[in-house]
Amino acid sequence: MAITGLLLVGFLLAHMFGNFKMLLPDDGKEFNAYSHWLRDFGYPAIPHTVFLWIFRIVLLLSVFLHMYSAFKLRVRAAANTGGSRYVVKRNMEKSYAARTMIWGGIIIVLFVIMHILQYTAQVLKFGYASGVSTLEPYDRVLAGFSQWWVVLIYAIAMGAVCMHLWHGVWSALATLGVQVSAASRKVLKAVAYVISVGLFLGFMIPPVLILFEVIGK
Amino acid sequence: MKVTLRIWRQAKADAPGGMVTYPLDGVSQDMSFLEMLDLLNEHLTERGEEPVAFDHDCREGICGMCGVVINGLAHGGQHTTTCQLHMRSFADGATIDIEPWKAGAFPVIKDLVVDRSAFDRIIQAGGFISANTGSAPEAHSVPAPKRQADLAFDNATCIGCGACVAACPNGSAMLFTSAKITHLAMLPQGQPERYSRVKSMVAQHDEEGFGGCTNIGECAQVCPKGIPLESISQLNRDLIASLFKGDGKQG
Repeated sequence: MAITGLLLVGFLLAHMFGNFKMLLPDDGKEFNAYSHWLRDFGYPAIPHTVFLWIFRIVLLLSVFLHMYSAFKLRVRAAANTGGSRYVVKRNMEKSYAARTMIWGGIIIVLFVIMHILQYTAQVLKFGYASGVSTLEPYDRVLAGFSQWWVVLIYAIAMGAVCMHLWHGVWSALATLGVQVSAASRKVLKAVAYVISVGLFLGFMIPPVLILFEVIGK
Repeated sequence: MKVTLRIWRQAKADAPGGMVTYPLDGVSQDMSFLEMLDLLNEHLTERGEEPVAFDHDCREGICGMCGVVINGLAHGGQHTTTCQLHMRSFADGATIDIEPWKAGAFPVIKDLVVDRSAFDRIIQAGGFISANTGSAPEAHSVPAPKRQADLAFDNATCIGCGACVAACPNGSAMLFTSAKITHLAMLPQGQPERYSRVKSMVAQHDEEGFGGCTNIGECAQVCPKGIPLESISQLNRDLIASLFKGDGKQG
């Protein structure tokens, strides 16, 4: 769970960095070139889209293994704590994020499905005519985020990612044994907070700028 | 002082249980929590009612026998054992909810008494050092570095009360298991069996039906001995290392 989780965090960081190409004032030339390059990575040594598919399979496998671990943990926990456990229960540890990991995970999975249908498979067409299928990646992004409710959905999903990683990054590192002392716990928690808030801000910058017509006009 | 107690009563393991309310007068604030329960039981016995069953032994906070969930927190959440919790921690006229530890691996025997022999079996799986008996060796022949010795002592203070399991939303006993792992892993005497120990103790932990650790941290908050979450990371480090060690293989 820790290893697949950190793999997915690595992907998110790369994804966010790629998105920043939206900010270049070149009407999307760099962004589109980057998008095509992802499909032709390693060409001609590697055939078209082969690298992309290997990448996708690794990510998909990570997601499934991550979900399988979560499911197993949940089943074990439910078996040992089952049903109505205490009449009165209070908590001392302030850990809202840690206790809601599974719900954050479910929101993220649903969002990722929508996100792929929208931008990769182009089944969901937000902000442009349903018959059109010739838009370049840059224009698809502009069209989608010109709708306020699309931006809102993305903000909610990124909030879920932020919450999930607020606990998740530190928890994964602790599970891998990196937490060697009370001082290192503080450092690891700080790393988790920086990554989760950084991802939220980083992912929300392009959509918000598009919505307020700072870029793309 | 006067308090209202709401106590989990359960006649036996497979009987249904529920909260029963008992008003109790004449409680001194200098009484320990268990002395307050003794007082209640005296009244119940005089009235010909069944006294409330609860576990206790040393009443000095070092045996790990006592332990109940008080107002939703294991041991009352005062960083001490139930026996060392005193009635001055409660307001006059307070209502106090008392429940047993609840986990599938800790079945209730009666009222507030639970069966914690699952912990014994985890210790039996490797929480010891195999040594031939004989005369004690010269103490200075095995040097233990100061920092490691301190860590070992800190973790050895675990009394196995089970508060970590009671508080954990997953019902995990990782804090308990990791305290013993860390205690022995820090000392020279613990090295020969270090990696087989961590494997077999974690296997027994899972076998007993305890949940997995998701690093929520509730266990360390209620632990009367202050065992830190870092101990669980030590267990994980040793468990990962055991995958690459020959003596980690089961013989």
